[in-house]
Amino acid sequence: KKQHKKNKKDDRGPPEKEKEKEKASVLAPSKPATQSPAHKGTASKYVPLRSDYGYKVSLFSHLHQYSRKNPPTQQISIPATVIHPSIVRLGLQYSQGIIAGSNARSVALLHAFKQVIQDYSTPPNEELSRDLVNKLSPYISFLSQCRPLSASMGNAIKYIKKEISNIPSQCKEEEAKRRLQECIDSYINEKIILASEAISKYAIEKISDGDVILVYGCSSLVNHILCEAFEKQRKFRVIVVDSRPRLEGREALRRLVKKGIRCTYVLISALSYILPEVSKVFLGAHALLANGYVMSRVGTSQIALVAKAYNVPVLVCCETYKFCERVQTDSFESNELDDPDDLIVTRNGKTHLENWQTVKSLGLLNLVYDVTPPDFVDLVITDLGMIPCTSVPVVLRVKNVDQ
Amino acid sequence: LDEHLCLVEYFRAQIREDPDVASAVAAIRSLLEFLKRDQSETILGLRENMTKAIHRLEETDSSVAVSSGGELFLRFISLTSLEHPDLSQCKNVMIERGELFLKKISLSRGKVGKLCHTFIKDGAKILTHSSSRVVLKVLENAAADNKRFTVYVTESQPDSAGKHMAQKLGKLNIPVMVVLDAAVGYIMEKVDLVIVGAEGVVESGGVINKIGTYQMAVCSKAHNKPFYVVSESFKFVRLYPLNQQDVPDRFKYKADILKTVKDLNQEHPMIDYTPPSLITLLFTDLGVLTPSAVSDELIKLYL
Repeated sequence: KKQHKKNKKDDRGPPEKEKEKEKASVLAPSKPATQSPAHKGTASKYVPLRSDYGYKVSLFSHLHQYSRKNPPTQQISIPATVIHPSIVRLGLQYSQGIIAGSNARSVALLHAFKQVIQDYSTPPNEELSRDLVNKLSPYISFLSQCRPLSASMGNAIKYIKKEISNIPSQCKEEEAKRRLQECIDSYINEKIILASEAISKYAIEKISDGDVILVYGCSSLVNHILCEAFEKQRKFRVIVVDSRPRLEGREALRRLVKKGIRCTYVLISALSYILPEVSKVFLGAHALLANGYVMSRVGTSQIALVAKAYNVPVLVCCETYKFCERVQTDSFESNELDDPDDLIVTRNGKTHLENWQTVKSLGLLNLVYDVTPPDFVDLVITDLGMIPCTSVPVVLRVKNVDQ
Repeated sequence: LDEHLCLVEYFRAQIREDPDVASAVAAIRSLLEFLKRDQSETILGLRENMTKAIHRLEETDSSVAVSSGGELFLRFISLTSLEHPDLSQCKNVMIERGELFLKKISLSRGKVGKLCHTFIKDGAKILTHSSSRVVLKVLENAAADNKRFTVYVTESQPDSAGKHMAQKLGKLNIPVMVVLDAAVGYIMEKVDLVIVGAEGVVESGGVINKIGTYQMAVCSKAHNKPFYVVSESFKFVRLYPLNQQDVPDRFKYKADILKTVKDLNQEHPMIDYTPPSLITLLFTDLGVLTPSAVSDELIKLYL
């Protein structure tokens, strides 16, 4: 069984046998397969690795591909002493897609950490500032097994670890916990809530009466901006572009229509048909990379490209806590692969891709993110103001100086 | 208000006496005078009066430079620690800093001239647009360096400013030819480089300049000719236009037209916006910058 498990990634056996193997692994604790070296050390002793599912397209074979039908907790038993229950719950919420969206995930993470800090008690002969950081490592590796961490979550974790290690050793435990709770609250308030207020203020200046605004998918920030602009009596209408398999645009559509904003709904294949009507494009971002590239939901770079061809200004709205120091020029190097079974659709009672695993030459690719080069983006609106896409490193430098 | 009238008079007098001075420099001199004569009791009151004075000057001369110069002046003088208990001491500190700022920007045109003239090679044919004192300084420096070059100037309607430029260049013994605004595409294959001034440099790295600049930039891009912009740093303004429509009306039309005319669609705008993708380099007193570096400098100036 162990041998079969090791070859599972590369070998595409018939699906029935695979399901049997996975059921069998519930009984036996799974051993870490040949995965990334980052899982060496103390974390891997506690957090077993989640196995990949299905055939991975060769260009993306360095990324993990998990199935929603196999939640991480089904394969392994996780004692509560190892991973805090609120983290387990959070991990499941991530892996099943219950909590989705960059801001929502970061806020949920921070709330879960607040709970962890609340329930934490310093063991004897240990210092809170060092021990708590060590306790957080297995949680973080568990969460990244459930769903790879986003850039915003990464920055939030860095901030928390820094705050924890800065707790002076004379500080009593209650006082330290209270301080950490306050830090987390102020982080959420400043970087997410107040930032979105500031961004709305700048963005509303750019919305004039009679505008036709195109949005893609469901970005909490862009929805907030449009609702605020509508409240400030700006006259505009919105075109919501959506794409399979997530169909997130429907959620955005629901929120905007509830406010009373006039909306049109198209799928991304109709983009070049609808663009001549559009006066501005507002996009959200998952992360802004150090070389000015915008990492966002897959399909965003397509929208930016076509908008550029039609000379329509593209505005990206992004809070500064999503800026990361990584540099990427293509969408292959670091991305996320979602469950390939999401691409299977039933029409007229027929499900054509049902047995896709049996066809040896077929692979299903469900990408989550893509990167947009800065030449396609006209303006980035952040809580620090409106900057061109190429000025992201300046903001990072200013932030590092502040810290 | 009387003080505002005095201010506007002083400003107009400055421009009359020295037509060669940049309008922003004249505005800042007037603001400094205003600061010296101001009678407020608190620092907050002083700042409010200064802001009102800047708005009043903007109404008189609706150029981007006055607006940006005024704001930078205000930031520069209030950026020190004004912790003296005595208001008059604080005011003296502010006045000192104001004089320093004024001295710095009076030298900026010379600095730009020195930087840019090395980019003009011997035998070059230069195209410029309308009348810019900074471009004139650059060409003066190049001529003084014993370089031989020809200049083509566009007529630049509706105020035929190009003809004034041609006259001034003629006095420097530089061979100059005036071309129609419509002849920019025709003449582009003959020229080696294009140099224009700017009324304002915006956050994206684009420039706001006399109407016709955008056309010239598009033509020069199509012919692969370098498009250089020369400008002093006090013209950096915190605007971010996305396209021509996005430039505020108070810059597009002259101040008196804004007050009298109801339907602005019938009026011709005096300026246009050139996006940063069409500009090769910007020469400023802060150095030679690429359009993407302008935002960097602006963040440093304003943060």
